[in-house]
Amino acid sequence: MSVVDGPLPYLRLSRRRFLQVLAGGAGVLMVGIGQARADAPPLPPGLLGDNFHALGAYVRIDAEGNVLIGARDPDTGTGVATSLPLIIAEEMDADWNRVSVVPLGLDVSDANGQPRWTYGRQLGGTGTSIPAAWADLRPVGALVRWMLLQAAATRLGVKAERLRCESGTVIAPDGRRVTYGSLAGAASDVALPGQVPPLKSPQQYRLIGRDAGDVDARAMVTGQLRFAIDERPGDFLVAVLAQCPWPDGTLAELDSKEALAVDGVAKVLRITPEPGLPWGSTAIAPAVAVLATSTWSALQGRSKLKLTWHPGPSASEDSGVLEQQASKLLDGQTDPTMRVRNDGDVDAAGKHAARRFDATYFQPWLAHATAEPMNCIVRLDKDQAQLVVPTQAPQQAWSVVRRLTGLAPAQIDIQVPRVGGGYGRRLDHDYVAEAVMLAKAVDKTVCLWWSREQDLAHDYYQPGCVHRLEAIVDRKRDVIAWTQRMASASATARRGVPDARLWASELRATQMPAALVPNYRSDWYALSSAVPRGPMRGAPDVANAFVVESFIDEIAHQLRENPLAFKQRLLGEPRQLPLGDGSTLDIGRLRNVLELVAERIGWKDWLHSVNGLGLACWHLGGAYVAHAVEVAVDGERLVIQRVVCAVDVGRVINRLGLADQVAGATLDAMSNALNLAITFKGGRIQQQTLADYPLASMAQLPNDVEVITVPGDRPPTGASFLAMPSAAPALANAVFRASAVRVRRLPLLAEWERLR
Amino acid sequence: MLAAQAQVLPIAPEDTIVPDKVRAAIDVLINGEHFRHTGDPKLPLLWYLRDVLRLTGTKIAGELASSGADLVLVAGKPVPAAGVTIEQLAGREVLTVEGLAANDGTLHPLQQAFIDEDAIGCGYCTPGWLISGVALLQRKPQPTDDDIDQLPNVCRCGCQTRVRRAIKRAAAGKANVA
Repeated sequence: MSVVDGPLPYLRLSRRRFLQVLAGGAGVLMVGIGQARADAPPLPPGLLGDNFHALGAYVRIDAEGNVLIGARDPDTGTGVATSLPLIIAEEMDADWNRVSVVPLGLDVSDANGQPRWTYGRQLGGTGTSIPAAWADLRPVGALVRWMLLQAAATRLGVKAERLRCESGTVIAPDGRRVTYGSLAGAASDVALPGQVPPLKSPQQYRLIGRDAGDVDARAMVTGQLRFAIDERPGDFLVAVLAQCPWPDGTLAELDSKEALAVDGVAKVLRITPEPGLPWGSTAIAPAVAVLATSTWSALQGRSKLKLTWHPGPSASEDSGVLEQQASKLLDGQTDPTMRVRNDGDVDAAGKHAARRFDATYFQPWLAHATAEPMNCIVRLDKDQAQLVVPTQAPQQAWSVVRRLTGLAPAQIDIQVPRVGGGYGRRLDHDYVAEAVMLAKAVDKTVCLWWSREQDLAHDYYQPGCVHRLEAIVDRKRDVIAWTQRMASASATARRGVPDARLWASELRATQMPAALVPNYRSDWYALSSAVPRGPMRGAPDVANAFVVESFIDEIAHQLRENPLAFKQRLLGEPRQLPLGDGSTLDIGRLRNVLELVAERIGWKDWLHSVNGLGLACWHLGGAYVAHAVEVAVDGERLVIQRVVCAVDVGRVINRLGLADQVAGATLDAMSNALNLAITFKGGRIQQQTLADYPLASMAQLPNDVEVITVPGDRPPTGASFLAMPSAAPALANAVFRASAVRVRRLPLLAEWERLR
Repeated sequence: MLAAQAQVLPIAPEDTIVPDKVRAAIDVLINGEHFRHTGDPKLPLLWYLRDVLRLTGTKIAGELASSGADLVLVAGKPVPAAGVTIEQLAGREVLTVEGLAANDGTLHPLQQAFIDEDAIGCGYCTPGWLISGVALLQRKPQPTDDDIDQLPNVCRCGCQTRVRRAIKRAAAGKANVA
């Protein structure tokens, strides 16, 4: 067992808050981080009836041995509702079959008017849940286990050190067994340890590193799982919107008489974005809301609204013009907005040039298109706000509610059920602001939802971009200079990010082949646009991996070299390569995933294979990923025959969950690259439905994604978007081998059809 | 007492409260249960399911084009619930995701296969995949990859490869029958 020394440092979340045993019912053990005490007044029922989360509890064991574990981070499809409780269950040696999981929602208390977050960070879909849980949730399970062991020691008359735990049972050396359920009551009376209870050593793991299916699977396949959009807490009004097509437009005329005459319509209200606030924190556009007792009444009421909008300055926005501006900037001699990295001297390297290569890549704007459209439930009372929010970032949602209501920190209750997709869209809370504004005007619970079409037309899009790449190769066919110049409208503009940092959402200073090529320069050119932009799953790695990994493949082919051998030569021998920002690139691990996928796909036949084979690899947040793709041309059609993906995330928590994330991210990246583009003209988004923004069909996608997870013992990284960056370039490289068409403009299919 | 009240509050004939004409009830059969709908005959099935019956497994999936998350079976065929009104359903049988399992809780083999293959991302589109998958298996108990390719659903989490495996598992009769 690994023992951490010291007086409970891990239990200390802030100076005054500790992991503690809470007041449960008789015969129940509850461990959490809470303010609840035995003499505390009973909690008021929450909006959805469940107030488990308000106890600040992580673990509850009842007398029957049922184990309830709270999941603190929103699960937007990333699997954290399974993997975070799994980490706790492992340390406490719970019987996974007896574990139920509840989403904890946000828990916040009042620290002299400031919020104090009970669970520390609560964030989903940003790749940070697993690393954070690895650091601070294991001790929760270890504490539970320790307390149960003390209770068992007393019960059995055997020293705790001589007992062992297995799957919800404590076992004595003589074979006597006591279940956790029968120990729960006694364990809750055990005095807390003065030392950190020892954590398990990896050899003792029974759950971590194995396969666990989604804890909510049964509820999902039976249609019982309720997302926020499915909830209808009592005494509610359904709110639907008519939104201004321009975020900066204004309402010109409104006649709501006929709408109000519709049976069930209660109110027609105007929503105006608060001026001067960052994108994502207030309404995304002016809107007129129709509130009614049923969804159908609200929709009928909306159809009877007579309203017109005045366009705002954004009405001049045109995605085609923006791309031309980008090209012009990159054609010209203007200094970049930011020189992101400048190693060696790319200009001087020209003296040794044997060959020069250049290419320009274009990538379109993208929408999030989450499965569950934006929605929010708010009940506002004089001294309390209760919300149900499908969010990735409940603390940010909280701050929007606070600003709009002025309530004290602990008066705001936010529950977060399972979320129907995030991809970065739900780091923003415009829809929360809208719902709160409406709730302030009525004395009922407001259930606001957007249609799928509105969701597509009112997004914080990923900006399109243009990249110009140049490489110089010497006589030994080594890349001696590399220049990447990129133009885009920053995804972090109008979000309080200083101008000098606007580049950071667009490209990384450490991205490949930085530090691998002696003379390396990357420049970013700012475009300006009034079309809302924001964070996107895997940005900026997805866009940059596509151009970098495609261009490396281009150079290899121009040099008539095997792309795998060329890439291996570029990466060099296994070593720890400092990237210049304090982080290091483990070349051995990167080469390993690359070589694993090459081996699996049968790369040795790359030159003679009838189908096209393509490779790509990337590193992201200390994790490594590579894809190998096999593509066939079947008449007029591209067929993705095989996809192999290898990932190295350090320690694997849930092997099945990881494989799901990897396969899922691979398909999502391919869907984006094959089909998707947002365009705008006159400031209006031209894609109205999913028919215009066609997420890939089953037929377009590969029948399988073969996932290789490299076992490891380093602290685990996040993995929800790890497999995105290398998927599309491996596909494009395979398409080139299959059809001799180099795709430098996405979406891929349209460009391939144009060029072939 | 009653007589006294009548004296205090005489009701003139013209003030007689005439209740709204009762609309002819539409009989709909949903998941094996009969329901009589007397409201707006043009009410889309989606809102009848979600708002009236509170069966929320059928999801909001688009007003103009469906992502597939609102699919239900009408007389055995997958149909977006947003695109069909109650009056169109008179006398026809509707099956939603909530009706796939047996009354005793035994899952449909495809539901079980989805669990076995962990064919789930965020879970929002899952009911729609199940509906179109069940319809496919009913039509063609041993579907080919080309058959599975025709499913109309989309999923941004990328659960398609696992859905394919689940359909094949169910077709092969290998789902872990609970």
